[in-house]
Amino acid sequence: MLEKPRRKNPVLRTRLPTLPPAARSRVALGLTAAAALGRFELQQCRDCAMVQYPPREACQQCLSVHLPWSPQSGEGELLSSTVLHHSNDLFFRERLPWRLGLVHLDCGPTVVAHLHGAVPPAPARVRVAARLDRAGQAVLVALPEKETSNMADDRQLREFTCDPRLRKVLVTDGKTAVGQALVQALAAAGAELIWVGYAEPWKKFPGFDELNRISQATLLPLDVTDSKNVRELAAEIGGKVDILVNNAEYHRAFGIGNRSGVETARAEMDVNYFGLLRLAQEFGPAMRLRGADGLASAVAWVNVLSIYALANFPPHGTFSASKAAAHSLAQCLRAEMRPAGVRVVNVFPGPIDDEWNQLVPPPKVAAAALANAIVGALRDGIEDVYPGDVAQEWLARWRDNPKALERELS
Amino acid sequence: MTRKGYEGVAVAVPVSVPYVRYSIRAAHWWLARCFSEILKAAGLKKDAIDGLSVSSFTLAPDTAIGLTQHLGVSPRWLDHVPLGGASAVVALRRAARAVQAGDADIVACIAGDTNHVDSFRLTLANFSQFARDAVYPYGAGGPNASFAFLTAYYMRVYGATREDFGKLCVAQRANALEYSPALFKKPLTLEEYLSARPIAEPLHLFDCVMPCAGAEGFLVLSEERAKALGVAFASLMGTIERHNAFASDPVQMRAGWALDREELYAQAGAGPLDMDFVQTYDDYPVVSLMQLEDLGFCGKGEAPAFVRRHSFTHNGSFPLNTSGGQLSVGQAGAAGGFLGMVEALRQLTGQAQARQVKDAKLGLVSGFGMINFDRGLGCGAAILRC
Repeated sequence: MLEKPRRKNPVLRTRLPTLPPAARSRVALGLTAAAALGRFELQQCRDCAMVQYPPREACQQCLSVHLPWSPQSGEGELLSSTVLHHSNDLFFRERLPWRLGLVHLDCGPTVVAHLHGAVPPAPARVRVAARLDRAGQAVLVALPEKETSNMADDRQLREFTCDPRLRKVLVTDGKTAVGQALVQALAAAGAELIWVGYAEPWKKFPGFDELNRISQATLLPLDVTDSKNVRELAAEIGGKVDILVNNAEYHRAFGIGNRSGVETARAEMDVNYFGLLRLAQEFGPAMRLRGADGLASAVAWVNVLSIYALANFPPHGTFSASKAAAHSLAQCLRAEMRPAGVRVVNVFPGPIDDEWNQLVPPPKVAAAALANAIVGALRDGIEDVYPGDVAQEWLARWRDNPKALERELS
Repeated sequence: MTRKGYEGVAVAVPVSVPYVRYSIRAAHWWLARCFSEILKAAGLKKDAIDGLSVSSFTLAPDTAIGLTQHLGVSPRWLDHVPLGGASAVVALRRAARAVQAGDADIVACIAGDTNHVDSFRLTLANFSQFARDAVYPYGAGGPNASFAFLTAYYMRVYGATREDFGKLCVAQRANALEYSPALFKKPLTLEEYLSARPIAEPLHLFDCVMPCAGAEGFLVLSEERAKALGVAFASLMGTIERHNAFASDPVQMRAGWALDREELYAQAGAGPLDMDFVQTYDDYPVVSLMQLEDLGFCGKGEAPAFVRRHSFTHNGSFPLNTSGGQLSVGQAGAAGGFLGMVEALRQLTGQAQARQVKDAKLGLVSGFGMINFDRGLGCGAAILRC
């Protein structure tokens, strides 16, 4: 079990981030696409059903070129294992010794996988999963067949996850139900310290006292539309934030024709898009430098977007547009954070069960469910999160045919 | 259909360009030196060579054809054999057919690689698509990690011990002390082997070859031509190659030799017991054990007992890798695949000096190469007689 890291001597050099080898063939990125959603998929021949690995362009049995990625259980037998004491790559050289296993999957292929410390010596039953590594590419990890205590604390596994345990987190808006549920969930997950932003600090908001009762939480004035405020807060705590969760949001209903003027749309953009931009410019650089800062390094940046970022929901038309803009900016942020190994997690909830979605029919996402989905994604190293039935259904419809979804929504 | 025999093919003029740990020269430099040493030793002008076979990892972006312009030669038969440890046997086999068919009179088979300070890492990172996608991101241990899996599995299933692998390494070091170009010059004891630092468990330092720069080569020509030139030669009695055999085995414990060895021995009109020495491909000792089994010197899983029964020095009960093998000479990229072939030719033509195996008449050379993903894909073997 991990112990709380000792306070760092600020005079000592901070180790700079390195990344594991990131080069992959295009076909191998199918593994990454599934792992980003927390799924383990391998290519399976459409014609003869043979499961293939490593990723390839043609079936090794029947030569079919139709090899769709299909969900697999990952169960298999550890055939043998090794512990590396030497590596040709800087990232691993700094993390030796490193345990690897050769696993014969029940579905057919033999795979090389990172090996969890709790897996006994071969022969042993294991569960192989795909995880994103610090370079953002999928790798296979062989886990113990059954959950063990403190499994997430494994030194190697923690390199692939963004577990909040023992980490310092900033939640940008504590005034909303989602923000308060996030603080609760992060505290329960063992975050060491949670800074909670709140705009207009002269106003006491519902839930204020409950937040103050959480021992790890500290309330700080933060208005993401105020550049000076964001800059000053970053100067104060930016070098300590390991996980930033940007849940600040401005949400009004209406599309284009039901409202005159651009003030509401501008306010949505100011929080939902420019707010992210301000935070990214002020907090991003410090987090990028701390991507390999020991046990509790900077690991993740979470954006609470909306499923409406994928396709415009006309009754909430300008809100959808601001979330689409934020999504696009988050892709840029992801590219810029990648060299530091800091993962940008984009969350696409369906309608949240709050007053601004009053007229949206159920099912709606409860604040606590959204918060738990975000903490779960951090623990499992997931990069794109679609919490709730509505989000899952929209995602399926969007992947199937984006044009059809647009027509259905209008 | 039975394949045609290899009658009338001579293999001659073994040449080694002494290895160095690191070189600032390109692969072309090493291949050029090898080629010119062959010409000098055979007393030939370069125009007399009308067939050329080249093996190299670090020649990129060039291949064999680029080398023809570099060396100013105009062969009428050209081959590029990028098969790593299987290169020598495969190059010889193809060259032998060219000579038999009259496509070439004299084929120079050369292999060489350079080793810059960072080139081994780059070779590993881009070794193959499968390696780049599914092996290198896992700790970047290179072949050490792949052979650690095979070694650990072999030890678990067949009961081999580190002492068994150590015995081969110690014997090969003793052989290397009689081979001056070997990069390892000090004797190795079993205690030193066992107490070496771990690299990729269960592999320790002396289980792993040391990458270096170097080149090796030989000539393939007809026996008549060899006699006319007055060069000492060995005759090719039989040879096989096989790739990606037993693909459905979950872990590699055998390779293509096990499929084709009967045919190999039938071609040669000899059996395993008739061999005066064996040169295995030895990037890691477990591979030597696998070859001893698959080539019929003992049954599957019996190599540990076989190792305990024999000494493997040049003057011992089963002369193996008589110049020290790659484990004690160094692994000069694709030239490592030629080391055993060149040593076999020296043994059969009486040029092995202090490590000469007494009355060596018949020898077996084996090749194994290309860890594309989780196993070596290519293998081959040849039997030579003097």
